[in-house]
Amino acid sequence: MTEPATTPPAPDLFSDYRLTPGVADELFDAEGRMRPVWRRFVDRFSRLNRDEIAARFERGNLYLRDAGVFFRQYSNDPLQEREWPLSHIPVILHEDEWQGICDGLAQRADLLEEVMADLYGQGRLVRDGHLPAELIAGSRQWLRPMVGVPPRGGHYLHFLAFEVGRSPDGSWLVLGDRTQAPSGAGFALENRMATGRIFPERFPRAHIHRLAGFFGAYREALQRLAQGAGGRERAAGILTPGPHNDSYYEHTYIARYLGLMLLEGEDLLVENGQAMVRTIEGPQPLGVLWRRIDGAFADPLELDPSSRIGTPGLMEAVRLGNLALVNALGSGVLEMRAMMAFLPRIAEVLAGAPLKLPNIATWWCGGDTERAYVRDNAARMMIGPAYACDLPFDIGAESALGGAFRDGGTRSITDWLEREGQGLVGQEAVTLSTTPVWVDAEDGGRVEPRPMTIRIFAARTPRGWRFMQGGYARIGKTGDATALAMQRGGSVADVWVVSDRPVPQETLAPRPTPDFHRATTAILPSRAADNLYWLGRYVERSEDAIRLIRAYHLRLAATDNPNDARLLRLDEFLTGYGYDLEEPVPAALIDRLEAARSCAGKVRDRFSTDGWAALNDMLKTARRMTTTAQPGDDAARAMSVLLRKITGFSGLVHENMYRFSGWRFLSFGRALERADSLAALLATFADAEAPEGSLDMAVEVADSVITHQRRYRVETSRDTVVDLLALDADNPRAILFQVQRLRYLAEALPNARENGRLTALLRAIVPVESALLIATPAEIDTDRLCTLRGELAGISDLIGAAYLR
Amino acid sequence: MLYEIRLAIDYDYAAPSDHIRNLVRLLPSDIPGRQRVLSRLLTVEPMPDERREAIDFFGNSTTSVTWHAPIDAVSFQLAAKVERRAAPPASDLSALLDRLPDEIAAQQSLAPEVPHHFLGASPRVAPMTETTAFARKQLAAGMTAQQAVVAIGRALNRAMTFDAEATTVDTSAREAFAQRRGVCQDFTHIMIAALRGIGIPAGYVSGFLRTFPPPGKPRLEGADAMHAWVRAWVGFEAGWIEFDPTNDQFAGEDYVTIAVGRDYSDVAPVRGVMRTAGGHETRQAVDVIPLEKV
Repeated sequence: MTEPATTPPAPDLFSDYRLTPGVADELFDAEGRMRPVWRRFVDRFSRLNRDEIAARFERGNLYLRDAGVFFRQYSNDPLQEREWPLSHIPVILHEDEWQGICDGLAQRADLLEEVMADLYGQGRLVRDGHLPAELIAGSRQWLRPMVGVPPRGGHYLHFLAFEVGRSPDGSWLVLGDRTQAPSGAGFALENRMATGRIFPERFPRAHIHRLAGFFGAYREALQRLAQGAGGRERAAGILTPGPHNDSYYEHTYIARYLGLMLLEGEDLLVENGQAMVRTIEGPQPLGVLWRRIDGAFADPLELDPSSRIGTPGLMEAVRLGNLALVNALGSGVLEMRAMMAFLPRIAEVLAGAPLKLPNIATWWCGGDTERAYVRDNAARMMIGPAYACDLPFDIGAESALGGAFRDGGTRSITDWLEREGQGLVGQEAVTLSTTPVWVDAEDGGRVEPRPMTIRIFAARTPRGWRFMQGGYARIGKTGDATALAMQRGGSVADVWVVSDRPVPQETLAPRPTPDFHRATTAILPSRAADNLYWLGRYVERSEDAIRLIRAYHLRLAATDNPNDARLLRLDEFLTGYGYDLEEPVPAALIDRLEAARSCAGKVRDRFSTDGWAALNDMLKTARRMTTTAQPGDDAARAMSVLLRKITGFSGLVHENMYRFSGWRFLSFGRALERADSLAALLATFADAEAPEGSLDMAVEVADSVITHQRRYRVETSRDTVVDLLALDADNPRAILFQVQRLRYLAEALPNARENGRLTALLRAIVPVESALLIATPAEIDTDRLCTLRGELAGISDLIGAAYLR
Repeated sequence: MLYEIRLAIDYDYAAPSDHIRNLVRLLPSDIPGRQRVLSRLLTVEPMPDERREAIDFFGNSTTSVTWHAPIDAVSFQLAAKVERRAAPPASDLSALLDRLPDEIAAQQSLAPEVPHHFLGASPRVAPMTETTAFARKQLAAGMTAQQAVVAIGRALNRAMTFDAEATTVDTSAREAFAQRRGVCQDFTHIMIAALRGIGIPAGYVSGFLRTFPPPGKPRLEGADAMHAWVRAWVGFEAGWIEFDPTNDQFAGEDYVTIAVGRDYSDVAPVRGVMRTAGGHETRQAVDVIPLEKV
């Protein structure tokens, strides 16, 4: 390193970039020289003015918003989603330095595999005194049913993440091992996409190692694990706890990106020792599950009985060697904080060599010597629960830092250690390195140093561990370089691993080959089909209600008489469905929209981000209107706005959704709901007892005013209205049209015929269709309409029984 | 003593449910030196589509049964002949209570019988202030671990009232102890919590009591259904001893063990998962008949 010392080239942007003595920095080395790997980036960045910077950052933010990247916060409100907190300036590391870290992590990954195999196998480490029995036996993550169960494929660990940080002396340190269900890999991809928008220049992009190759290798490894005996094809899926989990968005994203099924526990069943996915075509065998749920929740029968997200019998499929889990159940025990105290010694025992990359110095306070050491050095320790699996800086109120309790308590740390020693660890209070972060300010903002840690993902492949090349760093929210700043509320940055030369460009898309073929239709889990079906029904139901409510307020505005016979009839009709017309935007309408959103939220991996955004936008608008809309004209206008939004959503979905089975269930739900609401509408407003003007209202609600004028050229009569809204095969707002649609959709569903015979579903639809084809308007009286509604309900039950359970 | 055991457990489900899967722990096993199984047969009706036998971590026999098609009732029937040769400890070989921690610490193994599994919190039982305080009150200086177990079991037996109506299978030890009422499961959970609280490793035993007492002795509580009692590790020399807090006595010849674990969740006789909502009703009938003259 003979390069001359460099000062930051643009004093104004970097003028507040002050290094803290005793703290390492990513941009500058220990001598205060800019690290060469940053130079070209800083050079270009410094040439931007503040407006350009703001515009670039906004491009990144816009990408994240359009892509719908959210981080869910635990709460009961489904709309409580936080924008992804991207820190726009990447962390930059040279590939040689990165390679050095990954070499150390590969050794560590192998070591963790060996420890795992021993804890669920021979138990030698405990017997030989390298791990305390009380620590393992006391861990909730050590799953006893896994003892003596060899993992399918021979390995317990397949996908890991490591949290690493740079020490003041410039060396790297492992702060935490994520072995249970590491999250963040999908967000790393989004970080990369967003920074690509912010810094689109060929340099540095051509020199940054890509992330896609890692995912390609991992997907191949998963498919290999999934294969059954004799190479028989079996499905691979991601097991998610569901939409209430804080990283559910990532699960949907990764599922889409890797082409894996997104599954919840109830999608699975175990039959004859084989895990199966419940699909619309019946149970299909499953070979591998990338689980994003804690091991203890995977099977309520053999593991935690309180689990509502698991699958009964899953443990049996694992025990019989028919299902591989990534990672094996029970791998959470390796995340236990106290494990860090023993791994350095275990490395020497098992591998005969020290750890290439040390981990954060840790002392388990169950040992007398260690406890005394922690007590005497409490001032430079973090002391916290030994069994906890959080990262060192996620310490809670129950912990002490630098000799003081985090909750401000004045208890004696010495007494605490004596009383609860076995449950406590001391960990060296680390000082992390800082990295450049853009800080907004009134004058336009500037670059300042913030502490950071890097998360590195590793996947087992047939050729050894493969590491994701960058992608994910956590950035502290204040300049304080102690671990405290890393607690919740920080941001996340991309990590660029940069080569001196342009790097090969890999993408996840398979290389085009001459014998190009289309992938076979993806398997549709029954639960996903069920949610799509109900999404279709709820959206249609909401649209119908919006039209009726609008009709009410239009009449109200025109007559200004709530006791008008037609208004009373409409009120009675809507009240029957739970809509209170005292409220201009009835709460029951919000409920329907929320039900639609909830269904959509469970199948986010299956339709477009734009559709999802449209649905959320509509719900937000509707909620806002509940506080502002006034009865009459104003409410009618509000309903018109909602109507445009909901038809916008339907249009997005129906114009853009590929005609897979999923689309058929959505459309089936919609058609069935529309047929039913038309029957209900006619039963009320075309009834012999209906007040004058009701027929016109029915035609208006059914959006068929112009059609009626064109077709009949007369005033509405019961015959013309019933003809148009029940018996017309060309009017999308006619019952016959929708029933024909049901038949057409049902014909295209799997197993529509058994040995040439129609299924029960089609046997129920065909007679309804035939009866409507030959009926005269006079025959479609209110009784007949009510019978028809019963027949439609029967069809709904049949599709449920045949495909959705 | 040689026993003939007959047990029937019936479930009626409110609504027929498909893919009912049960994990059953009803088959007794051999326990060296204490119990020998001459014959055992578990009949399940209707006939399950799948049935697998296995041994769990703690060495208990498990039977996993699954029905693919919907069913609305299940019946489990056990018929077994078991010889029980477990006398109460003839003498006290247990460790002094204050020596016990060292003896526990010396057991560096993860084998199912080591005390470490039975000391901290388990799914259903964690040491709590109330039970620990209760246990401490029963201690005297220089006590052995076994003396402590007996003293705490006896005190608990006196403090608690047997009441089949006061609790359910899901009642926590804390609730049951607060009302000082419950059945054998509650007595057992509370005693486990109390023992762990003062550093004595303790676990749960499920099994049977002989139905009719020997002549001249009272019929014991819990004889008409499955029973539960406590096992405690009292040192390297004496190992595990078994005490029944519901009846204030060592679990000797009148007892037949089915399963052992940390608490009820490890030994639940029938653990089941249904897909449909709606509850179920259950009935239990037990006969434990001595085949030898007393």
